[in-house]
Amino acid sequence: MENFDLTLIDWSRAQFALTALYHWLFVPLTLGITFILAIMETIYYKTGDPEWKKITKFWMTLFGINFAIGVATGIILEFEFGTNWSNYSWFVGDIFGAPLAIEGIMAFFMESTFIAIMFFGWNKVSKGFHLTATWLTAIGSNLSALWILVANGWMQNPVGMQFNPDTARNEMVDFFEVLFNPAAVNKFLHTIFSSYILAAIFVVGISAWFLLKKKEILFAKRSIVVAAIFGLIFSVMTIFTGDESAREISKSQPMKFASMEGLYHGTTNAPLVAFGILKDAPTIENPEKKDFAFKVEIPGMLSYMANLKFDSFVPGIYDLVHGNVDQGIISYSEKINRGLVARNTLSEYKLALKGNDAVLIDSLRSNFENKEWMEGYFNYFGYSYFSNPHDIIPNVPITFYSFHIMVILGGYFMALFIIVLFFVMKDTLAGKRWLLWIALWTMPLGYLASESGWIIAEMGRQPWVIQDLMPTMTAVSNIDSNSVIITFWLFFAVFTALLIAEIKIMLKQIKIGPNEGGH
Amino acid sequence: MSIFKSIFNFYYSGFREMKLGKQLWIIILIKLFFMFAILKLFFFPNFLKSNFHSDKERAEYVTEQLTNPK
Repeated sequence: MENFDLTLIDWSRAQFALTALYHWLFVPLTLGITFILAIMETIYYKTGDPEWKKITKFWMTLFGINFAIGVATGIILEFEFGTNWSNYSWFVGDIFGAPLAIEGIMAFFMESTFIAIMFFGWNKVSKGFHLTATWLTAIGSNLSALWILVANGWMQNPVGMQFNPDTARNEMVDFFEVLFNPAAVNKFLHTIFSSYILAAIFVVGISAWFLLKKKEILFAKRSIVVAAIFGLIFSVMTIFTGDESAREISKSQPMKFASMEGLYHGTTNAPLVAFGILKDAPTIENPEKKDFAFKVEIPGMLSYMANLKFDSFVPGIYDLVHGNVDQGIISYSEKINRGLVARNTLSEYKLALKGNDAVLIDSLRSNFENKEWMEGYFNYFGYSYFSNPHDIIPNVPITFYSFHIMVILGGYFMALFIIVLFFVMKDTLAGKRWLLWIALWTMPLGYLASESGWIIAEMGRQPWVIQDLMPTMTAVSNIDSNSVIITFWLFFAVFTALLIAEIKIMLKQIKIGPNEGGH
Repeated sequence: MSIFKSIFNFYYSGFREMKLGKQLWIIILIKLFFMFAILKLFFFPNFLKSNFHSDKERAEYVTEQLTNPK
């Protein structure tokens, strides 16, 4: 670790995190509200009621603002890959190339074509054709999210590739293994379903404002019914995908799983911490130190989440670092040694190539083509950069609290949708001003939960940029850290300006209401 | 030919009749200009593309970085 410029690494990480978090302020609303729009327009198509057209057009306008301000903010992430993360980009290039190319083509042709029909096509194309365009916009935007999430899933659980020591790149050998990687499938479903919840919260919150102002009552009530039912359905679906995702993480990223729960010492019948306040983490000198100041636990539930068995063993952080012979867990020290064998082999191969030693080249190369050697050594390649196993533990408090904030808020959102629908059915929602205020102020919490999900995914897998293969510190380009610091603040200013512009334009349109305004 | 004319007219009238959309397009264009003409050009050159001439050189450089990080 002493060979690395930590200032450069930290600022590169900060810059990428800033860009990704800002980008994600715009994306989930687009993913979710397009489907809500499609449902509203379908009701208009079926009933012919012009009020539904008005409702659809209003939310479409807000979608348009969000889309316009957010569009291309993700491109900056791709700039950063090339400039700040060149080692990483080279190392994964072939894996990322195909999904991102598909995303680019799909986003351009599907979204741009059908969005134009959605906005320009009212009264110009048939109602059926317009409705089809709206549904295809929703499907297209979600499908383009699929490809970037497949790429991210590969980073969490690299599969379907073969490392080529001649090019120092991972080459895709099985597209479908990459596409149907359990990490990618779970990530995609959990991400889009939780985005639908955020969009539902957005629609319910703004509609609640109209009810509080006693304006556009029919519009607001109908919007709330569609959004709350939509939000409730996908709250349930998000529980299932979250559960599946947790199980997958427990297998492919057990350290992240243990950190999410602040589990230092593995156990059978492992309890799930429903709520807890972390204290100082145990240390190598004092491993029995108390790790929680306070916690409420559900007995056996973590074991069930991980293995669908209450009496199963869930490894803790210490089991993963120091190994656990009884449970067949290799220690990090052993993984470091195996990683060093892989790295030294690559180093020797490089020298053999330079020396043109054909026999040695063939001998060393055969290792990279040997499945058992790859699984036994190369799969731990990234560990070779660490000398202290404790450096391979992520930031436990951030991972733990992000996970619990996300889960607790997810439960709260579901309860909110149920309560809102209960009062809608009783036709007393407009009089429940306390509930309307809660619904309105829940909007930022939707974003908080969504961003927390990404913090768990990305902070929880540290120090890896590609699980077990490439630590974040080896992924960065050898560039001047000052330029990274400057661009960090530049982005901060640009994205903040964009966010302010979005909020101001949206607030203006909301105040104008659904009767006036327009695209 | 008429289909292309219809598509052109569809987009042309769509853009002409925009209300809020005009303001949004201005924001999009400013943003894209800033991203591609300033950020990409001056702040975000592709490190490997701009420092090495061939994939062989890039591969050698990355291998060196991976095997002997500095």
